[in-house]
Amino acid sequence: MYDSGKILTGLLIFALLVTFPVWYHLGRATPPPEPDLDTPVIAGLAEKECIESTEYMRAYHMELLKTWRDLAVRSGEKTYVARDGEKYPISLEDTCLKCHSNKSRFCDQCHNYLGVDPNCWNCHVAPEEGNR
Amino acid sequence: MEMDRRTFLKMGGLGLLGLMAAPVVDVLLKAGRVSGAGTSAAVTAGRWALVVDMKKCLEAGPSCADCILACHRAHNVPQIPDLQEQVRWIWKEPFEHAFPEQEGRAESLAGKPFLVLCNHCTDPPCVRVCPTRATFKRQDGIVMMDYHRCIGCRYCMAACPYGARSFNFRDPRPYVSTTNPAYPTRERGVVEKCNFCEERLAEGLPPACVAACRYGALVFGNLVDPHSQVRQILRARYTICRKPELGTRPNVYYVVG
Repeated sequence: MYDSGKILTGLLIFALLVTFPVWYHLGRATPPPEPDLDTPVIAGLAEKECIESTEYMRAYHMELLKTWRDLAVRSGEKTYVARDGEKYPISLEDTCLKCHSNKSRFCDQCHNYLGVDPNCWNCHVAPEEGNR
Repeated sequence: MEMDRRTFLKMGGLGLLGLMAAPVVDVLLKAGRVSGAGTSAAVTAGRWALVVDMKKCLEAGPSCADCILACHRAHNVPQIPDLQEQVRWIWKEPFEHAFPEQEGRAESLAGKPFLVLCNHCTDPPCVRVCPTRATFKRQDGIVMMDYHRCIGCRYCMAACPYGARSFNFRDPRPYVSTTNPAYPTRERGVVEKCNFCEERLAEGLPPACVAACRYGALVFGNLVDPHSQVRQILRARYTICRKPELGTRPNVYYVVG
Protein backbone atom coordinates (compact mmCIF):
# COMPACT_ATOMS: atom_id res chain seq x y z
CA MET A 1 0.00 0.00 0.00
CA TYR A 2 1.44 3.36 -0.98
CA ASP A 3 1.69 6.07 1.68
CA SER A 4 0.27 3.77 4.31
CA GLY A 5 1.77 5.88 7.07
CA LYS A 6 0.04 9.06 5.93
CA ILE A 7 -3.27 7.31 5.32
CA LEU A 8 -3.30 5.59 8.70
CA THR A 9 -2.35 8.81 10.51
CA GLY A 10 -5.11 10.63 8.63
CA LEU A 11 -7.62 7.95 9.51
CA LEU A 12 -6.59 8.08 13.15
CA ILE A 13 -6.98 11.87 13.28
CA PHE A 14 -10.36 11.56 11.53
CA ALA A 15 -11.57 8.93 13.99
CA LEU A 16 -10.44 11.05 16.92
CA LEU A 17 -12.24 14.13 15.58
CA VAL A 18 -15.46 12.24 14.86
CA THR A 19 -15.57 10.68 18.30
CA PHE A 20 -14.60 13.96 19.99
CA PRO A 21 -18.02 14.58 21.59
CA VAL A 22 -18.00 11.08 23.08
CA TRP A 23 -14.62 11.13 24.79
CA TYR A 24 -14.73 14.82 25.62
CA HIS A 25 -17.80 14.27 27.80
CA LEU A 26 -16.61 10.92 29.27
CA GLY A 27 -17.19 10.89 33.00
CA ARG A 28 -18.88 14.27 32.95
CA ALA A 29 -22.61 13.86 33.36
CA THR A 30 -24.79 16.81 32.40
CA PRO A 31 -27.20 17.42 35.27
CA PRO A 32 -30.77 16.47 34.31
CA PRO A 33 -33.20 19.38 33.88
CA GLU A 34 -35.20 20.48 36.87
CA PRO A 35 -38.22 22.49 35.79
CA ASP A 36 -38.97 24.95 38.55
CA LEU A 37 -42.54 25.10 39.86
CA ASP A 38 -41.88 27.80 42.41
CA THR A 39 -44.05 30.69 41.24
CA PRO A 40 -46.43 32.76 43.37
CA VAL A 41 -49.54 31.40 41.62
CA ILE A 42 -48.49 27.76 41.92
CA ALA A 43 -47.52 28.29 45.56
CA GLY A 44 -51.05 29.51 46.22
CA LEU A 45 -52.72 26.47 44.67
CA ALA A 46 -54.37 24.00 47.03
CA GLU A 47 -53.77 21.05 44.72
CA LYS A 48 -50.62 21.42 42.68
CA GLU A 49 -51.72 19.88 39.41
CA CYS A 50 -51.74 21.19 35.86
CA ILE A 51 -54.84 21.07 33.69
CA GLU A 52 -54.09 17.41 32.97
CA SER A 53 -51.99 14.92 34.93
CA THR A 54 -48.29 15.67 35.27
CA GLU A 55 -47.34 12.55 33.30
CA TYR A 56 -49.63 13.55 30.44
CA MET A 57 -48.38 17.13 30.39
CA ARG A 58 -44.77 16.03 30.50
CA ALA A 59 -45.19 13.72 27.52
CA TYR A 60 -47.81 15.50 25.44
CA HIS A 61 -47.81 19.22 26.25
CA MET A 62 -46.54 19.99 22.75
CA GLU A 63 -49.39 18.05 21.17
CA LEU A 64 -51.87 19.75 23.47
CA LEU A 65 -50.52 23.18 22.56
CA LYS A 66 -50.68 22.40 18.85
CA THR A 67 -54.30 21.31 19.22
CA TRP A 68 -55.02 24.45 21.21
CA ARG A 69 -53.40 26.60 18.55
CA ASP A 70 -55.61 25.15 15.83
CA LEU A 71 -58.75 25.22 17.99
CA ALA A 72 -58.30 28.85 19.02
CA VAL A 73 -57.10 30.33 15.75
CA ARG A 74 -58.80 28.24 13.11
CA SER A 75 -61.98 27.00 14.78
CA GLY A 76 -62.49 29.95 17.12
CA GLU A 77 -62.90 27.48 19.97
CA LYS A 78 -61.71 29.17 23.16
CA THR A 79 -62.63 26.70 25.90
CA TYR A 80 -60.86 23.45 26.68
CA VAL A 81 -62.50 20.71 28.69
CA ALA A 82 -59.95 18.68 30.64
CA ARG A 83 -60.40 14.98 31.32
CA ASP A 84 -61.74 15.70 34.78
CA GLY A 85 -64.43 17.94 33.26
CA GLU A 86 -62.82 21.19 34.36
CA LYS A 87 -62.97 24.01 31.78
CA TYR A 88 -60.03 26.23 30.88
CA PRO A 89 -59.61 29.10 28.42
CA ILE A 90 -57.55 28.02 25.41
CA SER A 91 -54.81 30.59 25.72
CA LEU A 92 -51.08 30.33 26.23
CA GLU A 93 -51.07 33.69 27.99
CA ASP A 94 -54.19 33.30 30.13
CA THR A 95 -53.87 29.67 31.11
CA CYS A 96 -50.30 28.32 30.84
CA LEU A 97 -48.33 31.44 31.67
CA LYS A 98 -50.58 32.52 34.53
CA CYS A 99 -49.08 29.71 36.61
CA HIS A 100 -45.83 29.06 34.80
CA SER A 101 -44.69 32.66 34.82
CA ASN A 102 -41.05 31.59 34.93
CA LYS A 103 -40.15 30.69 31.36
CA SER A 104 -36.39 30.58 31.89
CA ARG A 105 -36.63 28.25 34.88
CA PHE A 106 -39.53 26.14 33.61
CA CYS A 107 -39.81 25.90 29.82
CA ASP A 108 -36.19 26.53 28.98
CA GLN A 109 -34.89 23.97 31.47
CA CYS A 110 -35.92 20.93 29.43
CA HIS A 111 -35.90 22.62 26.03
CA ASN A 112 -32.26 23.59 26.38
CA TYR A 113 -31.32 20.19 27.78
CA LEU A 114 -32.95 18.43 24.84
CA GLY A 115 -31.80 20.95 22.28
CA VAL A 116 -35.31 21.79 21.08
CA ASP A 117 -36.11 25.32 20.04
CA PRO A 118 -39.88 25.90 19.95
CA ASN A 119 -40.77 29.08 18.08
CA CYS A 120 -43.62 30.08 20.43
CA TRP A 121 -41.66 32.99 21.86
CA ASN A 122 -40.98 34.65 18.52
CA CYS A 123 -44.45 36.10 18.84
CA HIS A 124 -46.02 35.15 22.19
CA VAL A 125 -44.81 37.38 24.97
CA ALA A 126 -43.25 35.64 27.95
CA PRO A 127 -44.07 37.23 31.31
CA GLU A 128 -41.32 39.34 32.81
CA GLU A 129 -39.39 37.49 35.44
CA GLY A 130 -38.16 39.18 38.56
CA ASN A 131 -34.51 38.54 39.46
CA ARG A 132 -35.14 36.08 42.25
CA MET B 1 -55.29 -31.49 9.51
CA GLU B 2 -57.10 -31.82 6.23
CA MET B 3 -58.54 -28.64 4.65
CA ASP B 4 -60.29 -28.52 1.33
CA ARG B 5 -59.97 -25.58 -1.01
CA ARG B 6 -63.43 -24.26 -0.10
CA THR B 7 -62.73 -24.02 3.65
CA PHE B 8 -59.34 -22.41 2.96
CA LEU B 9 -60.87 -19.65 0.84
CA LYS B 10 -63.60 -19.03 3.46
CA MET B 11 -61.05 -18.70 6.25
CA GLY B 12 -58.89 -16.40 4.13
CA GLY B 13 -61.86 -14.16 3.36
CA LEU B 14 -62.84 -13.90 7.02
CA GLY B 15 -59.27 -13.04 7.95
CA LEU B 16 -59.14 -10.23 5.38
CA LEU B 17 -62.45 -8.87 6.66
CA GLY B 18 -61.04 -8.80 10.17
CA LEU B 19 -58.00 -6.84 9.00
CA MET B 20 -60.24 -4.29 7.31
CA ALA B 21 -62.38 -3.84 10.40
CA ALA B 22 -59.49 -2.73 12.62
CA PRO B 23 -58.87 0.71 11.01
CA VAL B 24 -62.61 1.40 10.89
CA VAL B 25 -62.98 0.77 14.61
CA ASP B 26 -59.94 2.96 15.19
CA VAL B 27 -61.43 5.88 13.27
CA LEU B 28 -64.74 5.55 15.10
CA LEU B 29 -63.00 5.62 18.46
CA LYS B 30 -60.99 8.68 17.48
CA ALA B 31 -64.05 10.53 16.17
CA GLY B 32 -65.70 10.11 19.56
CA ARG B 33 -62.69 11.57 21.33
CA VAL B 34 -62.42 14.67 19.14
CA SER B 35 -66.08 15.57 19.38
CA GLY B 36 -65.87 15.29 23.15
CA ALA B 37 -63.04 17.82 23.28
CA GLY B 38 -65.03 20.77 21.96
CA THR B 39 -67.61 22.70 23.92
CA SER B 40 -69.58 25.68 22.70
CA ALA B 41 -69.03 26.83 19.15
CA ALA B 42 -67.61 30.30 19.71
CA VAL B 43 -67.72 31.12 16.03
CA THR B 44 -71.34 31.30 15.04
CA ALA B 45 -72.54 32.07 11.58
CA GLY B 46 -73.23 35.70 10.91
CA ARG B 47 -71.71 38.66 9.20
CA TRP B 48 -69.80 41.16 11.28
CA ALA B 49 -69.75 44.66 9.84
CA LEU B 50 -68.43 48.07 10.77
CA VAL B 51 -70.10 51.34 9.88
CA VAL B 52 -67.96 54.48 9.91
CA ASP B 53 -70.00 57.65 10.25
CA MET B 54 -67.67 60.01 8.41
CA LYS B 55 -69.69 63.06 9.45
CA LYS B 56 -68.97 62.39 13.10
CA CYS B 57 -65.42 61.28 12.35
CA LEU B 58 -64.61 64.46 10.41
CA GLU B 59 -66.23 66.60 13.12
CA ALA B 60 -63.80 65.10 15.61
CA GLY B 61 -61.02 66.73 13.64
CA PRO B 62 -57.93 65.48 11.86
CA SER B 63 -55.87 65.21 15.04
CA CYS B 64 -58.15 62.60 16.66
CA ALA B 65 -56.52 59.17 16.47
CA ASP B 66 -58.12 57.45 19.45
CA CYS B 67 -59.26 54.41 17.47
CA ILE B 68 -55.91 53.99 15.74
CA LEU B 69 -53.96 54.25 18.99
CA ALA B 70 -56.31 51.88 20.81
CA CYS B 71 -56.08 49.28 18.05
CA HIS B 72 -52.33 49.46 17.67
CA ARG B 73 -51.80 49.31 21.40
CA ALA B 74 -54.14 46.35 21.86
CA HIS B 75 -52.47 44.33 19.11
CA ASN B 76 -48.83 45.29 19.61
CA VAL B 77 -48.62 46.90 16.18
CA PRO B 78 -45.08 48.23 15.70
CA GLN B 79 -44.52 51.92 14.93
CA ILE B 80 -41.84 51.81 12.24
CA PRO B 81 -40.74 55.27 11.06
CA ASP B 82 -39.70 54.07 7.58
CA LEU B 83 -42.78 54.61 5.35
CA GLN B 84 -41.88 51.65 3.12
CA GLU B 85 -41.91 49.24 6.05
CA GLN B 86 -44.83 50.67 8.03
CA VAL B 87 -47.25 48.26 9.67
CA ARG B 88 -50.82 49.45 10.14
CA TRP B 89 -54.13 47.88 10.93
CA ILE B 90 -56.29 51.00 10.81
CA TRP B 91 -55.26 54.38 9.50
CA LYS B 92 -56.43 57.51 7.67
CA GLU B 93 -56.30 57.91 3.91
CA PRO B 94 -57.38 60.93 1.81
CA PHE B 95 -60.84 60.48 0.29
CA GLU B 96 -59.62 60.12 -3.32
CA HIS B 97 -57.16 57.40 -2.28
CA ALA B 98 -59.78 55.45 -0.37
CA PHE B 99 -62.42 55.93 -3.09
CA PRO B 100 -60.50 56.44 -6.35
CA GLU B 101 -63.59 55.83 -8.49
CA GLN B 102 -65.33 58.78 -6.78
CA GLU B 103 -62.54 61.25 -7.49
CA GLY B 104 -63.87 64.59 -8.67
CA ARG B 105 -67.47 63.64 -7.91
CA ALA B 106 -67.74 64.72 -4.29
CA GLU B 107 -65.99 68.04 -4.02
CA SER B 108 -66.89 68.57 -0.38
CA LEU B 109 -65.04 65.38 0.58
CA ALA B 110 -61.91 65.94 -1.50
CA GLY B 111 -58.76 65.50 0.56
CA LYS B 112 -60.68 64.62 3.73
CA PRO B 113 -59.05 61.91 5.88
CA PHE B 114 -61.09 58.68 5.74
CA LEU B 115 -60.63 55.92 8.26
CA VAL B 116 -59.60 52.73 6.46
CA LEU B 117 -58.94 49.16 7.60
CA CYS B 118 -59.40 45.60 6.40
CA ASN B 119 -62.85 45.36 4.81
CA HIS B 120 -63.36 41.73 5.82
CA CYS B 121 -64.74 41.19 2.33
CA THR B 122 -67.53 38.73 1.72
CA ASP B 123 -65.51 37.44 -1.25
CA PRO B 124 -61.93 38.10 -0.12
CA PRO B 125 -59.27 37.90 -2.85
CA CYS B 126 -56.51 37.50 -0.24
CA VAL B 127 -58.04 34.24 0.96
CA ARG B 128 -58.29 32.94 -2.58
CA VAL B 129 -54.59 33.39 -3.29
CA CYS B 130 -53.07 32.28 0.02
CA PRO B 131 -51.11 29.09 -0.74
CA THR B 132 -51.03 27.84 2.85
CA ARG B 133 -54.52 28.91 3.90
CA ALA B 134 -52.90 31.07 6.55
CA THR B 135 -55.57 33.62 5.81
CA PHE B 136 -59.10 32.29 5.79
CA LYS B 137 -62.68 33.40 6.18
CA ARG B 138 -64.47 32.43 9.34
CA GLN B 139 -68.15 31.57 9.46
CA ASP B 140 -68.88 34.89 11.13
CA GLY B 141 -67.34 36.77 8.22
CA ILE B 142 -64.01 37.69 9.80
CA VAL B 143 -61.05 37.31 7.47
CA MET B 144 -58.51 35.82 9.85
CA MET B 145 -54.75 35.52 9.78
CA ASP B 146 -53.13 32.41 11.19
CA TYR B 147 -49.62 33.73 11.77
CA HIS B 148 -48.43 30.22 12.56
CA ARG B 149 -49.01 29.25 8.95
CA CYS B 150 -47.94 32.42 7.13
CA ILE B 151 -44.84 31.85 5.02
CA GLY B 152 -44.49 35.50 4.02
CA CYS B 153 -45.05 35.06 0.28
CA ARG B 154 -47.12 38.27 0.19
CA TYR B 155 -49.55 36.99 -2.46
CA CYS B 156 -52.33 38.29 -0.23
CA MET B 157 -50.80 41.76 -0.23
CA ALA B 158 -50.74 41.76 -4.01
CA ALA B 159 -54.32 40.51 -4.12
CA CYS B 160 -55.81 42.95 -1.60
CA PRO B 161 -57.17 45.95 -3.52
CA TYR B 162 -57.32 48.04 -0.32
CA GLY B 163 -53.70 47.86 0.82
CA ALA B 164 -55.00 46.63 4.14
CA ARG B 165 -52.13 44.23 4.73
CA SER B 166 -48.66 44.95 6.04
CA PHE B 167 -45.53 42.86 5.85
CA ASN B 168 -43.01 42.58 8.67
CA PHE B 169 -39.79 43.35 6.86
CA ARG B 170 -37.94 43.29 10.16
CA ASP B 171 -38.40 42.06 13.71
CA PRO B 172 -41.28 44.22 14.96
CA ARG B 173 -40.54 43.81 18.68
CA PRO B 174 -38.14 46.75 19.11
CA TYR B 175 -40.79 49.02 17.56
CA VAL B 176 -43.55 48.11 20.00
CA SER B 177 -43.33 50.77 22.70
CA THR B 178 -45.68 49.28 25.29
CA THR B 179 -46.26 45.58 24.85
CA ASN B 180 -49.69 44.19 25.66
CA PRO B 181 -48.75 40.81 27.18
CA ALA B 182 -52.22 39.38 26.51
CA TYR B 183 -51.74 39.55 22.73
CA PRO B 184 -48.79 38.14 20.77
CA THR B 185 -46.54 40.27 18.62
CA ARG B 186 -45.61 39.12 15.13
CA GLU B 187 -42.23 38.04 13.84
CA ARG B 188 -40.17 38.97 10.84
CA GLY B 189 -41.53 37.57 7.59
CA VAL B 190 -45.28 37.40 8.25
CA VAL B 191 -48.14 39.50 6.91
CA GLU B 192 -50.55 41.09 9.35
CA LYS B 193 -53.80 43.03 9.29
CA CYS B 194 -56.92 43.96 11.22
CA ASN B 195 -58.73 40.96 12.75
CA PHE B 196 -61.95 42.82 13.74
CA CYS B 197 -60.75 42.23 17.32
CA GLU B 198 -61.64 38.57 17.11
CA GLU B 199 -60.09 38.05 20.57
CA ARG B 200 -62.35 40.73 22.09
CA LEU B 201 -65.48 39.48 20.31
CA ALA B 202 -64.86 36.06 21.85
CA GLU B 203 -65.21 37.72 25.26
CA GLY B 204 -68.31 39.62 24.21
CA LEU B 205 -66.52 42.96 23.89
CA PRO B 206 -66.77 45.34 20.91
CA PRO B 207 -63.63 45.94 18.81
CA ALA B 208 -61.00 48.20 20.40
CA CYS B 209 -61.50 50.97 17.82
CA VAL B 210 -65.25 51.05 18.43
CA ALA B 211 -64.78 51.11 22.20
CA ALA B 212 -62.20 53.91 21.94
CA CYS B 213 -64.24 56.28 19.74
CA ARG B 214 -65.62 59.13 21.88
CA TYR B 215 -67.82 60.47 19.09
CA GLY B 216 -69.82 57.35 18.34
CA ALA B 217 -68.54 57.41 14.77
CA LEU B 218 -67.87 53.67 14.70
CA VAL B 219 -70.71 51.17 14.96
CA PHE B 220 -70.11 47.43 14.95
CA GLY B 221 -72.65 44.66 14.60
CA ASN B 222 -74.03 41.60 12.89
CA LEU B 223 -75.61 42.27 9.49
CA VAL B 224 -77.58 39.02 9.61
CA ASP B 225 -79.54 40.32 12.60
CA PRO B 226 -82.28 42.65 11.21
CA HIS B 227 -82.49 44.52 14.52
CA SER B 228 -78.77 45.21 14.84
CA GLN B 229 -77.63 48.82 14.96
CA VAL B 230 -75.57 48.42 11.79
CA ARG B 231 -78.60 47.10 9.89
CA GLN B 232 -80.67 50.04 11.07
CA ILE B 233 -78.03 52.56 9.95
CA LEU B 234 -77.70 50.89 6.55
CA ARG B 235 -81.48 51.07 6.21
CA ALA B 236 -81.75 54.73 7.17
CA ARG B 237 -78.59 56.39 5.85
CA TYR B 238 -76.76 56.64 2.56
CA THR B 239 -73.59 54.55 2.79
CA ILE B 240 -70.78 53.71 0.40
CA CYS B 241 -68.19 50.93 0.28
CA ARG B 242 -64.66 51.01 -1.04
CA LYS B 243 -64.18 49.90 -4.67
CA PRO B 244 -67.56 48.14 -5.09
CA GLU B 245 -66.77 47.59 -8.79
CA LEU B 246 -64.29 44.86 -7.84
CA GLY B 247 -67.01 42.64 -6.41
CA THR B 248 -65.23 41.89 -3.14
CA ARG B 249 -68.34 43.01 -1.21
CA PRO B 250 -66.70 44.82 1.73
CA ASN B 251 -68.18 44.73 5.24
CA VAL B 252 -66.96 48.18 6.21
CA TYR B 253 -69.47 50.87 5.30
CA TYR B 254 -69.06 54.63 5.24
CA VAL B 255 -71.91 57.03 6.03
CA VAL B 256 -71.26 60.09 3.90
CA GLY B 257 -74.67 61.76 3.58
